[in-house]
Amino acid sequence: MRTIKFLLQKEFRQIFRDPAILRLILIMPVIQLMILPWAADYEVRHIKLAVLDQDHSEYSRQLINKITASGYFYLEANTLSYDQALQQIENDKADLVLQIPAHFEKDLVKENEAKLFMAINAINGAKASMGGVYLRTIIQEYNRGVRTEWIQLPRFSAETQIEIATSNWYNPLMNYKYFMVPGILVILLTMVGTNLTAINIVKEKEIGTIEQINVTPVKKYHFILGKLIPFWIMGFVVLTIGLLIARLFYGIVPIGSFITIYVFSAVYLLAVLGLGLLISTYSSTQQQAMLLSFFLMMIFILLGGLYTSIDSMPEWAKWITRFNPVSYFIEVMRMVVLKGSSLADIKYHLLKMVGFAVFFNAWAVFSYKKRS
Amino acid sequence: MKQFLAFVKKEFFHIWRDKSTMFILLGMPVVQIVIFGFALTNEVKNAKIAVLDNSKDAATVSLITEFSASRYFDLETNLSDYKQVETAFKKGDIKMAIVFPQHFNEDLQHFNKAQVQLIADASDPNVANTLTSYASAIIIDYQNRITHSRKLPYTINTEMRMLYNPQLKGAFNFVPGVMAMVLLLVCTMMTAITIVKEKEMGTMEIMLVSPMRPQIVVLAKAVPYLLLSIINIITILLLSVYVLEVPVNGSILLLMAESILFILVSLSLGLLISAAVDSQQTAMFISLIALFLPTIMLSGFMFPIENMPLPLRTVSNIVPAKWYYIIVKSVMIKGLGLQAIWKETLILTGMLFFLLTMAIKKFKIRLA
Repeated sequence: MRTIKFLLQKEFRQIFRDPAILRLILIMPVIQLMILPWAADYEVRHIKLAVLDQDHSEYSRQLINKITASGYFYLEANTLSYDQALQQIENDKADLVLQIPAHFEKDLVKENEAKLFMAINAINGAKASMGGVYLRTIIQEYNRGVRTEWIQLPRFSAETQIEIATSNWYNPLMNYKYFMVPGILVILLTMVGTNLTAINIVKEKEIGTIEQINVTPVKKYHFILGKLIPFWIMGFVVLTIGLLIARLFYGIVPIGSFITIYVFSAVYLLAVLGLGLLISTYSSTQQQAMLLSFFLMMIFILLGGLYTSIDSMPEWAKWITRFNPVSYFIEVMRMVVLKGSSLADIKYHLLKMVGFAVFFNAWAVFSYKKRS
Repeated sequence: MKQFLAFVKKEFFHIWRDKSTMFILLGMPVVQIVIFGFALTNEVKNAKIAVLDNSKDAATVSLITEFSASRYFDLETNLSDYKQVETAFKKGDIKMAIVFPQHFNEDLQHFNKAQVQLIADASDPNVANTLTSYASAIIIDYQNRITHSRKLPYTINTEMRMLYNPQLKGAFNFVPGVMAMVLLLVCTMMTAITIVKEKEMGTMEIMLVSPMRPQIVVLAKAVPYLLLSIINIITILLLSVYVLEVPVNGSILLLMAESILFILVSLSLGLLISAAVDSQQTAMFISLIALFLPTIMLSGFMFPIENMPLPLRTVSNIVPAKWYYIIVKSVMIKGLGLQAIWKETLILTGMLFFLLTMAIKKFKIRLA
């Protein structure tokens, strides 16, 4: 016990003497939480529209007005020919071209049927399909307006109608930041936990001070506990800063209890610290450790469901996510913060996380050798 | 020149001997392409849903069959009571619940009007939006089918054309992004760290007292990473053409030339960082915070720049990856030539000269 106390004293002194690490711990949460949620906004709006109006009729003008009034589209250019319109897309001046062919109004009124043409820049497929759906919806609505103008539909129409009532739970304002901030908090804890531990131990290897510890009677588990505990505490500091920022800048107050968040984080931190230990035993230079943890982090984060939903992944990727601690914590964080899930709701997640923690740490302790 | 080559050889040995680093550096693009290419989609499919059917009649049964047949939805559970809806959401089992009221079919037959409620888990607003619109589409389709599809008067038909990417593959968007990310990692981060490492270990001093000109010493460090990056670009392009089936529509020579320009920009950025800092940890910290995050966030490949607030949009202009991303998209996917991207090329060239001058100016021959 006394040995651990002295080791802890040494570690804390080292941490507080190194301004780079302190800066990392304090600045990283602030930067990530202040900037990332603003940047990470997938909602499709601000679609740049180029119009090719060959009809110049009352109806075509009405339609264009209706589209620009929707708020999703910006009328970027009125073009005179199809080639010119395509050029707008090539130069990224427009995302979408709407062509209103000549005799649009005449066809609609006289022939009962008229055509519109759209061309969408589909390099970003998701944005293109959403943009297409939006525009179609607006056109359909316009169409309905035209129809009621011409025919008086009977009040009790023979047309069957299913009314769809939609309600959005847990985030009725549909604020995307509520969704991103809890996820980013997880990334933060993971990066702090894994990187700092791995690099800290490898640095001792690189400078050679680990040899000095290895020749002392300090036990294997003493040394490892001495390394884990300071960063475990550091993780809580970062988590608290993160929760404060979420509260002060985004007004996010967890609906679930803080106890649930902290209990789960305690176990989660143990797991990622173990991962850091593991990385450190398999690398001999800081450069290697950094690259390895960066590589693993990239896979964990990309397959963690932060940006894209895990449900849409193919089977093999879903299978990987089951071995990804990050994906569990992101899910839990969102459940507790947004839906108010309790410890009972997340007990399976917690159990699996305990498994991860035991597994990583046992492996790391097992493969750490005092002899080189 | 002979001395220079000898130094380059020394650096190659350094990299070559560290097998695990080499492996990661060369394997990184492969893993990224596979993950981005096959695992990540913004498309929503197989979303788990629950149904609370209070009516259990012919209409609701056939609607539910429609839902479970759709590739967007996976029917997870049948609930029996409104309270279970909340429990199911809290456990995180489902993304949407569909609630049919009692007498659904009767209402539909007698009053020509019936109601259905869609409850979405909007903690992810995008998924919620997408799911409710897919569900509405299924319901409206069903409704149109039972009205015997009479042709309505005054109909506007829309015809849609998807340019460049008719199958709406996600790969078209991120292959250029992965290229920028990998190049930046290899060139900037690795270069900065290797040079700082020599400083930290004291071997830099030994080289500086040698008769070699110090600039040559540092340039020799950059050459192996230049070659590694070119190998990486070739890997990415081969993978994207043959595995992801993303074509290179424009001139491959122009694409390579522009990539080398971007590599040079990243290398000079790495040199600048290495000249400014003294410890490997600080070098990592700066590369990660000041370079990597902005590249992911502000280059436009992960998150749409046009949605960002003005300050971020302004900052995005000084991120080199943003311009490279536009160039790769234009050349590779749109198949445009130099006349379409001369402005972006000019900006990157300007950045290159600025960073290189700064790096040379900052480089100190004497150690403090």
